[in-house]
Amino acid sequence: MGGSVRIGTTVNGQAHEDEVEPRLLLVQYLREVVGLTGTKIGCDTSSCGACTVLVDGESVKSCTMLAAQADGSAVTTIEGLAQGEGLHPVQAAFHDQHALQCGFCTAGMVMATVSLLDEIPNPTERDVRLGLEGNLCRCTGYHNIVQAVLAAAGTNG
Amino acid sequence: MIPAPFDYVRAASADEAIAALAEHGDDAKLLAGGMSLLPLMKLRLATPAVLVDVGRVRELSYIRDADDHLAVGALTRHRDLETSDVLAAHCAPLRMVASEVGDNQVRHRGTIGGSVAHGDPASDLPALLLALDATFVVRGPGGERTIAAADFFHGFLETALEPDELLTEIRVPKARGTGFAYEKFQRRAQDWAIVGAMAVRNGDTRVALVNMGGTPLRALGVEEALAGGASVEQAAEHAAEGTEPPGDINATAEYREHLARVLVRRALEAASA
Repeated sequence: MGGSVRIGTTVNGQAHEDEVEPRLLLVQYLREVVGLTGTKIGCDTSSCGACTVLVDGESVKSCTMLAAQADGSAVTTIEGLAQGEGLHPVQAAFHDQHALQCGFCTAGMVMATVSLLDEIPNPTERDVRLGLEGNLCRCTGYHNIVQAVLAAAGTNG
Repeated sequence: MIPAPFDYVRAASADEAIAALAEHGDDAKLLAGGMSLLPLMKLRLATPAVLVDVGRVRELSYIRDADDHLAVGALTRHRDLETSDVLAAHCAPLRMVASEVGDNQVRHRGTIGGSVAHGDPASDLPALLLALDATFVVRGPGGERTIAAADFFHGFLETALEPDELLTEIRVPKARGTGFAYEKFQRRAQDWAIVGAMAVRNGDTRVALVNMGGTPLRALGVEEALAGGASVEQAAEHAAEGTEPPGDINATAEYREHLARVLVRRALEAASA
């Protein structure tokens, strides 16, 4: 039992073809097969959102998705946001607003924010708080994170 | 945490999924969005030998106006429900409750059929579908049959689905202009309900409970009291009748009974407002 399954993905614009175990989780695929460790494993129970990435443009928790389920999909991780030397507007807003302390939740927070602003380009503070309910931060108390998302709104392009 | 090994089969159509189930029997489990099943597999509380992935079966992702009811494909995602114009016009409660499921990330993956077939009494949508008198369409090797929501949920994670059957469609009566409210008590915003109560008022009143027993439940004592002329306050006192709430790390059974009475009262008041 187990065997392997062939998957083709596009990660941050780059095509990948891999032979993987069916039980390989997307987050492990990204970190251990593709070699992108910006995506973090936090709670490992789909509660904390540290592992959030975009699959075909929508936020998902990559610890609760099989790599096999991402076959044929475009995956975007935190490494794929910035173009060239400049930060992505959401990253810049998190930097400007001091929206992190230890930084462990930040990659997931930023990816969840990119997806949220794609769905709600001009969110209210309540939209932001509800929209990020799947991402836990144990340092900041969320205030600056919410300010960063509001600051990034409209510049997320 | 890593699931135990399994064989992976991807079905491209409902027929392929049913054929795969027929081939692998009890050893197989259907994977839709995976939002309930994968966490159980990672904890090794579920160890299916074969996963039949129906996540790409696009023919089962739709929300259609079918005259007297709405037909919702089993693989329609919560995200599609919470943004549906058809639901806004004809069944706002379904749209609203879908927006209460998990968090954005979960709603991008999770499906209505997965939620129903999983049969978790702490889920939001099964209780609503019970209150709305939904009908479930299931397909197996012998053909198609329909099951009323009232007959579907048998026990904790147990439903009327046979191991070789696929849930294909959820039929929901139109509920235009309905008074509705859902009161969900939880410790963190994204959590399962410790207890949930929903009220549907449209001529008569339906009340359904989340996480007050092994299955989603109708609060029949409340409904009968209201039909007999009781006030909302009086009727809500019957909320825990006939329930067998679990006691766990989040709440004792007694506390859940208390929550049921309070949340049913609030839901009835909000649905009447």
